[in-house]
Amino acid sequence: MKPFRIIYRSIRDSFKSVLRNFSLSMASIICTTITLILVALAIIVTVNVNYVTKTMEEELTIVAYANKETTSDEINEIETKIKNISGVKEVVYKSKEEWRVEMKNNSPTLKVTLDYLESNPLLDSFVITVEDVEDLAPTARLIREIEHIESASYGEGMVEEIIGVFNIIKTVTIAIVIALVVVTAFLISNTIKLTIFSRRSEIEIMRLVGSSNISIKLPFVFEGFLLGLVGSFIPIIITVYGYIIAYEKLGGTVSFGVIELVNPMPFVLYTSIVLVVIGSVVGMIGSARAVRKYLKI
Amino acid sequence: MKFIQIKNCYKVYKNGVTAIADLSLDINKGEFVFVIGASGSGKSTLIKMLYREEKPTKGIVEIGGINVGKIRNRTVYKLRRKLGIVFQDFKLLPKLTVYENVAFALECIGMKSSEIRPKVLKALEHVGLKEKVRSFPNELSGGEQQRVCIARAIVNDPKLLICDEPTGNLDPKTSQEIMNVLDDINKNLGTTIIMATHDKDIVNKMKKRVITLDSGVLFEDHEKGSFKISETI
Ligand SMILES: Nc1ncnc2c1ncn2[C@@H]1O[C@H](COP(=O)(O)OP(=O)(O)O)[C@@H](O)[C@H]1O
Ligand SMILES: [Mg+2]
Repeated sequence: MKPFRIIYRSIRDSFKSVLRNFSLSMASIICTTITLILVALAIIVTVNVNYVTKTMEEELTIVAYANKETTSDEINEIETKIKNISGVKEVVYKSKEEWRVEMKNNSPTLKVTLDYLESNPLLDSFVITVEDVEDLAPTARLIREIEHIESASYGEGMVEEIIGVFNIIKTVTIAIVIALVVVTAFLISNTIKLTIFSRRSEIEIMRLVGSSNISIKLPFVFEGFLLGLVGSFIPIIITVYGYIIAYEKLGGTVSFGVIELVNPMPFVLYTSIVLVVIGSVVGMIGSARAVRKYLKI
Repeated sequence: MKFIQIKNCYKVYKNGVTAIADLSLDINKGEFVFVIGASGSGKSTLIKMLYREEKPTKGIVEIGGINVGKIRNRTVYKLRRKLGIVFQDFKLLPKLTVYENVAFALECIGMKSSEIRPKVLKALEHVGLKEKVRSFPNELSGGEQQRVCIARAIVNDPKLLICDEPTGNLDPKTSQEIMNVLDDINKNLGTTIIMATHDKDIVNKMKKRVITLDSGVLFEDHEKGSFKISETI
């Protein structure tokens, strides 16, 4: 029963302490709130950038053309060879006949020209999607080496540039999230240190009358947990309502429909959980570190 | 049987000050001992080694067969639960009532509320403060505050009560009242009491064993001694 009593008293004391040191508690809650709002913003940006990157990357393909005189057996052979390249996700074959029909349907001028020609001047082709955009260049190189392949291209140069930019955006936003989490930890730890400093005589007495270290530590750890938890309420409300409203106002897209946004559900739920966890865990760690100084462990 | 045994004990602080040098003494169960000496003679250091706030640099400090200097920081609390400690500066929590201050010591060690109540009331009765349970420390006189501290120190029935200048902040009359309370605890509860002081009148009046320190060295150890240090200074 004794451990339960110690835990119960720790929780009770942590509530008491938050109320007794009200202004200090408010200060650390506000600090947490502000940093967690920034964390939430950074998470929203990161996740959306990632999402956009993903969708754009999925649209990047290699188009390969077979030589003019390729037989249908050879076409099948080429298709298997491409499929066997590691990292290739999908290969779609489009014959020159299909191309001709499609082109004629699309443009009346082309229809006249194509009808005028006796033989089909177009080439059989393959559209290849890869698992990872980084594989585009090496895969295209391998395809070019296959017999009867005339050419294989994926918009060289432009693609590399886009991937480069996306990678920079990803790294920067992730770095910002990590930096903000560290800042939050630092702020909570410091405000708990102030709380503990204002209660050092209480800790001294606890030590003198024979409190075990754990029972001295627990109320402060709960207090840090409580401050972090309360500090994450407003950021969560802002995230949930802010994102849902913004998403609806914008119709799910930014930049005139070019960039698609992540659907609010369940995204805002996950973000809220992340905020609660960051707030409370960081609060607990911060206060545990702060109290250790007074405990000669 | 020797309750407290100190053997060839030294305490050298990190700054190089030797606060206790080659101290050896025994204290029996139920004794009332004064530790006297000029300011800086090492009284507080000796007291601190008894409740393991400081470790001896060399030598042995033993209480009830336990080598106190060997106790690890993590388990010091087990020793503290068997001791009562009283200081010059009271160390009461200003936002708690008299009752809560005394109960605090038992709550800290995880005792049940139903067990805490009778113990706290008994301790407060012992120091004559039963009518003041609801008062806050700032509503009490210095002597009353010190009696709350004594109640808190004895509430868990310790075998040993350690006092570092408990009358240092009090006028002579109040000091005498505190001494009466301590003497009563020593006689009626059988608690061993070690009290550091430089209050000449009290030492002379109480006629107890007196251990005199001089620059950390044992200068004199007298049964029913008196305050001799005043002559040497
Ligand atoms: N924590 C400490 N660090 C360094 N020196 C100390 C410390 N505590 C006490 N001293 C020194 O040790 C000597 C004895 O001090 P103390 O035990 O407090 O004496 P008393 O209680 O008899 O006045 C003094 O010279 C004092 O300056
Ligand atoms: Mg002293």
